[in-house]
Amino acid sequence: MSLRILVPVKRVIDYAVKIRIKSDRSGVETANVKMSMNPFDEIAVEEAVRLKEKGLVAEIIAVSMGNQQCQETLRSAMALGADRSIHVETDKELQPLAVAKILQSLAKTENTNLLVLGKQAIDDDCNQTGQIVAGLLGWPQGTFASKIELSDDKKSLTVKREVDVGLETLRLMLPSVITCDLRLNEPRFAKLSEIMKARKKPIVKKTPEELGVDVEPRIKILKVEEPPTRPPGVKVDSVHALFDKLVEHGFV
Amino acid sequence: GINAEYGGKTMFGRFSTRINKKLIPTTRTLHRFYAKPGGLSFELTEEQEALKNLARNFSRQKILPKAAELDKNGEFPKDLIKEAHELGLMNTHVGEAYGGLGLGIQESCIVAEELAYGCSGVSTAILANELAQVPVILGGSEEQKKKYLGRCVDEPISVSYAVTEPGCGSDVAGIKTKAEKQGDKWILNGQKMWITNAGHANWFFVLARTDPNAKAGKAFTGFVVEADSPGITLGRKEINMGQRASDTRGVSFDNVVVPDANRLSEVGVGFKLAMGAFDRTRPPVAASAVGLAQRALDEAIKYAKERKTMGTEIINHQAVSIMLAEMAIGIQESRLLTQLSAYEIDNGRRNTLYASMAKARAGDVANKAAADAVQIFGGNGFNTEYPVEKLMRDAKIFQIYEGTAQIQRLIITRELANLYG
Repeated sequence: MSLRILVPVKRVIDYAVKIRIKSDRSGVETANVKMSMNPFDEIAVEEAVRLKEKGLVAEIIAVSMGNQQCQETLRSAMALGADRSIHVETDKELQPLAVAKILQSLAKTENTNLLVLGKQAIDDDCNQTGQIVAGLLGWPQGTFASKIELSDDKKSLTVKREVDVGLETLRLMLPSVITCDLRLNEPRFAKLSEIMKARKKPIVKKTPEELGVDVEPRIKILKVEEPPTRPPGVKVDSVHALFDKLVEHGFV
Repeated sequence: GINAEYGGKTMFGRFSTRINKKLIPTTRTLHRFYAKPGGLSFELTEEQEALKNLARNFSRQKILPKAAELDKNGEFPKDLIKEAHELGLMNTHVGEAYGGLGLGIQESCIVAEELAYGCSGVSTAILANELAQVPVILGGSEEQKKKYLGRCVDEPISVSYAVTEPGCGSDVAGIKTKAEKQGDKWILNGQKMWITNAGHANWFFVLARTDPNAKAGKAFTGFVVEADSPGITLGRKEINMGQRASDTRGVSFDNVVVPDANRLSEVGVGFKLAMGAFDRTRPPVAASAVGLAQRALDEAIKYAKERKTMGTEIINHQAVSIMLAEMAIGIQESRLLTQLSAYEIDNGRRNTLYASMAKARAGDVANKAAADAVQIFGGNGFNTEYPVEKLMRDAKIFQIYEGTAQIQRLIITRELANLYG
């Protein structure tokens, strides 16, 4: 069977931006800050496009959730090669459980057989959405994927995962959920002609209410603070002095 | 000069309601009074934003890391040109009928600034094509445009604009390369110098004298000359002060046969074609200078925030911070002038005044910014291990090519003089 891939893409603060905490400690300052597609999601889109270039994919659908500006991220995904997009419009704060529930609903209606996500978003670093949606759908999951291959009979995937002790190889029967890690691929630059074409690809709007999903946050963020500044170090001028200092501070 | 006499000389003296007409600008006025819905805007469109991101990512991830090495060995950046071509960053202004995207000069400027940030030698190699293409766009027949612009769109070729000669740079009217008609062919003889991309060009736009006696406005004709024509000799790749990845050479034409089918537009309109190109290419060149200046500023600020002297980061020393502030002011004003000059021509209006202002200012700003960046880096700035000495060497040419800083000021004065009746 041909793959029907759903790729969620999240609009996050650009990785190169130096972030600042809001003065009321409620979160990170996002006003007038450069936003981009989550880098791990770029890797996910790239992987889907590479599978498509091998002739294994019927359709790639990108999905993003949030306010109107998500459409920029969807245009980027389509410029990279997604065929069409879904924008789930909401102003509510979305946490991994809510996102997973929306993806569960969309995967059913879109007849998805492969859900490819970035392993985590660089703003909240949750690393939960892929795992939760796999559980909700009852699908096998291959997280932290560094290599994906479709079997010859097109019924299963061989996934190499990066785990703490090394590389683990799994075989997952389709339909399945993959989350992508850094070394899976190097995303391409979208060509200008593709960027222009993406303007004409369709974006369909939906709401969480339409999909019957309750997106109320279950976790409340109490405060956000900067990490404590590193205290200045002390320079020593010999190995002996270094050793003495280490002993003095109880490290040895 | 501009005469500014107040009031007329009537019996009512300075209370006269007769105003000297010379004070009222003509229709080609500095400040146009037209109403446009939406008014002034400093926003980019979504496409322009996407284009800028593409150019920026390509420039900073692919061009910038190679810049120092290309500068050292002077190697022509063929791979980068190929990649830029694949991504659609070249030929953006070529019309859709010829396979291009038909984008405006504003888009060319957006790309130019971002690419030049990475390396202005590489950006010149990539974007010099535009200079050669414009006379074809302005004066070519449909077949000529399809053929020569189509070739550029289909493959990552380089092309050259060959007007300058060893004896004539600013003095274009004095060029000596001649084209003599023989039957249905032209025989081209002469020498061009400082031709960008010459060593790798697929075709040249050549300006040649076709009437030895006529005045400049009627004496020249433009031709597209295939680079593999017999009789063309390329000089050696010149070793220049900066933008060393770019290829500039002398080119000799020795009885080169050019079919009449390669003549662009009518005999005698070549000068207009060659000069008309500048209204479209000066803004992107100015934008490139802005890109270099921005790079100089970014490097200088980064350094000034880390380097410590006399107990604090040097950015806290006012002598340094004032230099940074001046750099930033210059960059922003050059960028705004460049954007205005592109906006005018994209909206179908003559932009010569603004294009010259942009190029004049941006060239000066780039040179000062780069020199100040070296200064802020101090001893390190003078050294090749740090990126700013290259910027200073690269910046100089922005005051020379595409019309010298002095010529720009002459153009500005002439345009201003014409504004007043």
